[in-house]
Amino acid sequence: MESTSIFFTSFKTTDLWFLAEAAYRTLLISGISISLGTALGLIFGWLLHEGRLISTFILSPFLDIFRSVPLIIQLVLAYNFAPIIGLNIDPFGSGAIVLTIYTTALVANVVRGGIDAVGIPMRRAARSLGMTYWQDMIYVVSPIGIRAVFPAWVGVALGVMKDSALVSVLGYVELLRASQILITRTQEPFLILALAGAFYFALSFPIARFSERLEKRWSQ
Amino acid sequence: MDYNFHWRPVFRSLPDLLNAGLVTLEVATLSMVFGVIIGIVFAIIRLNMRGPIRWFVISWIELARNTPALFQLFFFGFGLGAFGIHLTPFWIVLAGLTFNNAGYLAENFRGGFLAIPDTQMRAARSLGMNASQAYVRVIIPQVLRTVYHPMTNQMVWAVLMSSLGMLVGFRELSGETQFLASKTFRIFEYFAVAAVIYYVIVKIIIGSSRLLSFRLFRY
Repeated sequence: MESTSIFFTSFKTTDLWFLAEAAYRTLLISGISISLGTALGLIFGWLLHEGRLISTFILSPFLDIFRSVPLIIQLVLAYNFAPIIGLNIDPFGSGAIVLTIYTTALVANVVRGGIDAVGIPMRRAARSLGMTYWQDMIYVVSPIGIRAVFPAWVGVALGVMKDSALVSVLGYVELLRASQILITRTQEPFLILALAGAFYFALSFPIARFSERLEKRWSQ
Repeated sequence: MDYNFHWRPVFRSLPDLLNAGLVTLEVATLSMVFGVIIGIVFAIIRLNMRGPIRWFVISWIELARNTPALFQLFFFGFGLGAFGIHLTPFWIVLAGLTFNNAGYLAENFRGGFLAIPDTQMRAARSLGMNASQAYVRVIIPQVLRTVYHPMTNQMVWAVLMSSLGMLVGFRELSGETQFLASKTFRIFEYFAVAAVIYYVIVKIIIGSSRLLSFRLFRY
């Protein structure tokens, strides 16, 4: 009895701090990959829209790979490929890199859709008013395009936030991994999983609702 | 770069991997079948009913859409253990995927039902059909047509999500890959081949759904 009591102790309030710290790590890795991935996705989405031969035959199939292979496999591959080429990356680094590329692939398609949503007559009108290509992009395409695909982008961002739970396979202690650790110690799976789930839900649900309302308001 | 790739053990166990790929397809297909049935029922309940049943349906949908799929699998795997319910890995994955699919599909179907004009229902009823006949013969076929592409996407997601089975000990494609990789320590090689198999599975699903759509939606 003495020896087991060391391993199995009940849930304490200090464990809440442990969970909060892990939640912070979830936010950190998803925040970094969403912002970097969105920036890269804007560039690649623009390239996809411009539709030169390179983007249709190389870029588009390449980005498609990241949407057709499970994220968990991508993570394991990247984590085990880095040492092969002599890099030494910790779980956070490889997780962030893979999540960033994954976000880029998803956002690029959203951005392409946004630019495509602006009709060609509108763009011709802008150009015939004497706007340059980039003026047209900034003052005409971006306001209309963003309204068209902002909800889709929110969906992608929330999806990446939820998928960041998978980085736990590499050993990065984010929220879900932390809850696993606590479950092993306290043997109270329901309570701890409910806490972890409540955090994800509390983050994702209001944002999803907000974007839904925004979508409704914009479509009127 | 002083790493030697060893592909031979991977190719020797290729039959095992392909068999595991079939297991992946099987669990994904089953979860889609259940997900579509539950999704249609949920969409109808959410649109037409009031009271506790509707609240149950809404909380299922929102929980499925706003928490990670891995969390849902862990819940079915470990969380239910608190109530003395212990599922085998196959049922954990099937239950988790079905829970998730049903949530997403219910929202797709709700959009599909809203896209059907009321007059369709009224026309069906005035032809003498009762409510269930009208749903089965008139409304749902049209809904299935509008949600055909989201359903294909969801099937692809189900295949990709089933890879999480690896973390609850289910031997589908990822689980089998991990099992074989841990026997030989050729982790990169095994997972690279698994990635190729996943890619092919996804392409086959998308391609066959496109072919099927030519056959289904001729008029």
